[in-house]
Amino acid sequence: MAEVAQGAAAASAVVTLNNVSKRFETSSGTVQALKDIQQSIQPGEFVGIVGPSGCGKSTLLRILCGLEKPTEGAVVWGKGEEPRMGVAFQDHRLLPWLNIEQNIALTKLMRGKASSADLEQARALCKLVGLTGFEKRSPSELSGGMKQRTSVARALFTQPELLLLDEPFGALDALTREQITADTEEIWMNKGFAALLITHSISEAVHLSDRVIVMSARPGRVVAEFKIDLPRPRTNELGSPEFAKLCSDIRAKLEL
Amino acid sequence: MGKLAIQIGAVIGFFLLWKGYVHFGEVSPLVLPPPEQVLTALIRLLQDPETYYHLYITLMECVGGFLFAIIFGTLIGQVLGRVAILDTIFKPFVIALQVTPKVALIPLFIVWFGFGLESKIIVSAVLGFFPVFANSYLGAKSVDRGLAEVFAVGRAKQSRRFRLLVIPSSLPYILTGMEMAIVLSIIGAVVAEFVAGTRGLGFLAMHKLNELEVDTLFAVVLVLATIGFTLYFAVGSLRKFLIPWHESANKVTL
Repeated sequence: MAEVAQGAAAASAVVTLNNVSKRFETSSGTVQALKDIQQSIQPGEFVGIVGPSGCGKSTLLRILCGLEKPTEGAVVWGKGEEPRMGVAFQDHRLLPWLNIEQNIALTKLMRGKASSADLEQARALCKLVGLTGFEKRSPSELSGGMKQRTSVARALFTQPELLLLDEPFGALDALTREQITADTEEIWMNKGFAALLITHSISEAVHLSDRVIVMSARPGRVVAEFKIDLPRPRTNELGSPEFAKLCSDIRAKLEL
Repeated sequence: MGKLAIQIGAVIGFFLLWKGYVHFGEVSPLVLPPPEQVLTALIRLLQDPETYYHLYITLMECVGGFLFAIIFGTLIGQVLGRVAILDTIFKPFVIALQVTPKVALIPLFIVWFGFGLESKIIVSAVLGFFPVFANSYLGAKSVDRGLAEVFAVGRAKQSRRFRLLVIPSSLPYILTGMEMAIVLSIIGAVVAEFVAGTRGLGFLAMHKLNELEVDTLFAVVLVLATIGFTLYFAVGSLRKFLIPWHESANKVTL
């Protein structure tokens, strides 16, 4: 019975990782970055992954967006083909020679010309992430937080069914980070895409995720999973005892 | 006192020293003419229509050679920078070309391409080639990995990747190579004219030397220096138009 239910969940999922392992051959030997990862992400689900440095959580994301191939196991897409994906990386990775709206529409530009409708959409995303008035500016004129907002807007440009966030707010100061996290939650609540967030910050993971996966390092394995049922938006929950309890439970698993 | 005032003062001081040395040292004007004599020679030279013919020839040679240097330096640099097997095959030849004193090849180029403009353009191109090549090569290898990943994730078309990523990444390097190349291209053209010129400013300089008109020789050198200055700054100012987003756009490298 349980197997049947699991099969049904896998079929409806956006993506399923089937026993994915990843090894890297380095000059100092083999590094087992990921070991037997069995996970799926459901449509509209926000999944957070926390873990120490080197636990392979970024490798997991790189496998999903096609930058790495799993050594064993497979990535199974729910629709049978890759869904629309958007990725925001740890560093903003904006092209300094394009302005903000061109950077946001980059996914379109790298496959051909951007139509006026595309640029219109880029400007709408500017507004969505709070960058109105900066559409024609160059990335060098923006603060770190604004660059990361642009990077998230670029990931949203494809109208993703799966949004991949690789510690995109890691380098920001605490206040900016909290604000962007809250904004991200609001955007996600309105758009309803599935999302995978890689982060070092437990509170950020709890704030955004429906489910938090805790990983351990070398080999990168899943050691625990937490369902987060706090009401949304969670900006008001940040100080609640439930929020604090979840954070400390997760921390306890991290320190295993 | 401003920087400019100091610099103007230094230049005036230089001419005073020159004048003083010639005057009190009783230096023969055949060795070092006094500055005012050079100035009169320069005015005479600039009034002579034939000067502009020589100027035109030298400009054609060095700009022509420079353009070839840009085209081949950029292309070969980009190709070797990105195709490992070609890099392995051709690198020894490129290095050999660089370490050979290229002016020693001038007689050979004259045998191959004659005494006309062609041999001068070739010498100028060969001298200007290496800095453009080396910087283009470096530029091709310096495409940011993070940005390249963004293009890989977005399944970019090759042509668009080239246009949006590779060219803009390489341009700051290529422009640096061009700034170095323009100076070398001028040297190439002038030296080729020394050796086998029948016209051009290099030929004119040799001609004036043979006639012991040292003051006019100085004047020709001044004209050449002005060409170098103008072309160098013209190339340098391309930065502002081609790579306004780059830190170097508002700096003049010296």
